[in-house]
Amino acid sequence: MHRYVPHTEEEIQEMLREIGINSIDDLFLDVPKTIDGYNIPEGKDEFTVKKAVEKLAKMNIEFDPENVFLGAGIYYHYIPSAVKHLASNPNFLTAYTPYQAEVSQGTLQMLFEFQTMMCELTGMQVSNSSMYDGASAFAESLLMAMRINGKKKMLVARTINAEYRTVAKTYTKPSGIEVEEINYDRSGRIDIQELTAKIDGNTSAVAVAYPNFFGIVEDLRALRELIPQDVVFIVVAEPVSLAMLEAPGKFGADIVVGEGQALGVTPNLGGPGIGFFTTLEKHVRKMPGRIIGQTKDVDGKTGYVMILQTREQHIRREKATSNICSNQAYIALINAIYLSLMGPQGLKEVAWRSYNNAHYLAKELENRKFDRLFDGEFFNEFTIKVPVNYRDKWHEMVKDGILGPIPIDRVYKELGPSALVCTTEVNTKESIQRFIEVMSK
Amino acid sequence: MTIFEKSVKNRKGYELPLYELPDTGCNLPEHLMRKEAPALPEVSEVDVVRHYTELAHKNYSVDRGFYPLGSCTMKYNPKVNEDMAALFSNLHPFQPRETIQGAVNLMGHLKELLCEITGTDDMTLQPAAGAHGELTGLLIARAYFEDKGELDKRRKVIVPDSAHGTNPASASMAGFDVVEIKSGSDGCVNLEELKAHLDDTVAVIMLTNPNTLGLFERDILKISQMAHEVGAVLYYDGANLNAIMGRTRPGDMGFDIVHLNLHKTFSTPHGMGGPGSGPIGVKAHLAQFLPTPVLRKSDDKYDLDYNLPKSIGMVRSFYGNFGVMVKAYTYILTMGNSGLKHVSEMAVLNANYLRKKLSSKYKIAYDRICMHEFVVDNEEFVKKTQVKSLDVAKRLLDYGLHAPTVYFPLIVHEAMMIEPTETESKQSLDTFINAMEKIYNEAIENPEIVKSAPHVTPVRRLDDITATKSPIFRFKK
Repeated sequence: MHRYVPHTEEEIQEMLREIGINSIDDLFLDVPKTIDGYNIPEGKDEFTVKKAVEKLAKMNIEFDPENVFLGAGIYYHYIPSAVKHLASNPNFLTAYTPYQAEVSQGTLQMLFEFQTMMCELTGMQVSNSSMYDGASAFAESLLMAMRINGKKKMLVARTINAEYRTVAKTYTKPSGIEVEEINYDRSGRIDIQELTAKIDGNTSAVAVAYPNFFGIVEDLRALRELIPQDVVFIVVAEPVSLAMLEAPGKFGADIVVGEGQALGVTPNLGGPGIGFFTTLEKHVRKMPGRIIGQTKDVDGKTGYVMILQTREQHIRREKATSNICSNQAYIALINAIYLSLMGPQGLKEVAWRSYNNAHYLAKELENRKFDRLFDGEFFNEFTIKVPVNYRDKWHEMVKDGILGPIPIDRVYKELGPSALVCTTEVNTKESIQRFIEVMSK
Repeated sequence: MTIFEKSVKNRKGYELPLYELPDTGCNLPEHLMRKEAPALPEVSEVDVVRHYTELAHKNYSVDRGFYPLGSCTMKYNPKVNEDMAALFSNLHPFQPRETIQGAVNLMGHLKELLCEITGTDDMTLQPAAGAHGELTGLLIARAYFEDKGELDKRRKVIVPDSAHGTNPASASMAGFDVVEIKSGSDGCVNLEELKAHLDDTVAVIMLTNPNTLGLFERDILKISQMAHEVGAVLYYDGANLNAIMGRTRPGDMGFDIVHLNLHKTFSTPHGMGGPGSGPIGVKAHLAQFLPTPVLRKSDDKYDLDYNLPKSIGMVRSFYGNFGVMVKAYTYILTMGNSGLKHVSEMAVLNANYLRKKLSSKYKIAYDRICMHEFVVDNEEFVKKTQVKSLDVAKRLLDYGLHAPTVYFPLIVHEAMMIEPTETESKQSLDTFINAMEKIYNEAIENPEIVKSAPHVTPVRRLDDITATKSPIFRFKK
């Protein structure tokens, strides 16, 4: 007997009798008994298990979000209490994929609303109901570009997060896709000259991040003007910034993807997060992932169902647009609740404060000889030159309770000692002052 | 009503603290500034709370009742798991390594436990779902053959016709040609058929054992020998691990690559479709191709190793769905060695009890002792009553139960695939049996009520044909 497994001994005997066998072992006659149990400890009560896991948790150091100046793809924003409480509803948490639409309208309507919110933020026409994370969404966007125009040369800005570029290379290698990385210029934006020179008849897609890894806001208008119309324009966007920055859809992007963690999701050591994936209606049949659509039931009542399933693995098998079988529905729920609470005004305020804090801090740091590396306009992250021993200092700042700007010279060796500074709306005047003092010590 | 229709201009559901820093003035070029605000809902906190609570009421879930979806292992999701995951939720993936020692060591311990459970030598926890794990496993196989200089000739991945749709889709994404082989008359891999396809052009054979009919592949040791004789890699789809814990391990059966679904066997909630977690365990000869970073143990402590020159790279950012790992780890500590064995025993007992009881009315495909699930074959029932498996499924919803998986596996027409899991009591199984028997009688006496089901759900049958033909992708005013 176990508290999760309800069978009493009498019930087990009764059930065996009903089946017409004598023992549990009779159920496993086909199975070669290669082991007798595992070499792992016996189970424990809840109190003892909690203590063991809490002990591990205490080995970590958690930072007060106001003292975090590190972003690089995962961000600390304020998460209203209602988000956690609403999302904890077991009818969301313990439901499966909405295969029986009639008893999954909560899931389906929520995802339909999530898709609408993502379309609104990105300025695109269609959103799927999510991917694993920003990196895999980006990887899938390259595969989709290849399906759109049949070409295999992908021109990818080196200022897209290195994690995303690595995942994309892993994903696209078997399909023969060639990923060519395009360098940045002195402004920190994609090098237009290099890009122009490399675009040719074999080019399938051009991909940039908005803002990019250095925090710099790419000029999407200028880019779309120089990218031929049949080349797929992919934008990896940061969703909070889209409350302040013009939507990529307005500049003629074909696919806009990104990581949605910043929208109400705790950092979770990087996972779970969520990949969002949006595109234009004309490309929708090439799109990976699950899509929810609105319809009517037999009584004419509005309802929601999974649509365009003939793209998916359970129908198309080896000819599917992707092998993805799930989505990050629960995280999509968190995004939707967060965006409902914040609304257009709240999100804009969060974006503006994140932006303004960064610009205030950049100026203060500059006054203390931390020069910025690039002169392009940035959003809420920026890169600075740091002393040679900065990596040690980064570790030492932990003692002050500060999670400092991440050193970036392992990925971008040519930059020399440098770091990526991040602020969001949760950094306060006081915490920023204290950070400046610690940095200047 | 959608949340957008509840929106009232200038209503709000947030409040931010007083802002103390001076306005630095915006220096962004005008054309990059947003002109038109995104049309997000403008609602109060109360509106939001009511909206999502109302949506939740329209969902069925494991916490509400029996959820016998075959191949999905909809077991109870322990509450303590959620509390434990919350203890780690504020960590940033790029924090200095010395500040995430608890998390790294938790992943290390979990890896060690899962290697023992699967009988593999090394493992990555990075894949975010089962299908993601499949892709990772196949990329590992690909890298292995590339390293051996055999990739040009080894183009094929063999999958049985009873396989999950993700198997061929993943194989194709990993750049292989898919060869589907017909199952034998006993529902298992037909050795002759397999042999006919086996040669040195085969890279991988993908199997799930027990298979999707809920039958254990009795010839597994022979199959593994045949695979290895031609130098192929044997891949284990771990969707059905819940049947065999404590008795045998995929690694012992000869599998070289094993994926797990932590959201199935290891009790983490499905969350309407994700996040999941799909670790990949491998035998020693494949370990050098795992995604980076890998977890390495020295002096009883774990650290992250990025130095793996032959690695396939990364399949997800950072470490994977870490929060899901904490839940699975908590579950394994809770159940332990005997507990996990008991889980499989009771899962198989429940399935066989259901199978036996249902067989008085319904035809069971391949009616013999099954593992954790079995398949009902309604082909004759449909001929007799005109009531389809889909109708039976919909009618179950009226009885306050979730339906089994229908029309899968593809080799049984009118299939209903039933997996009760171990967390259901005899009483809950009897309730299901009772409902299934009632529906059987209804199908004969009053088929219309079944064919037009469901009747009492929040919506009735939905027009998914129009929904796909003239799709409405998003809310529009």
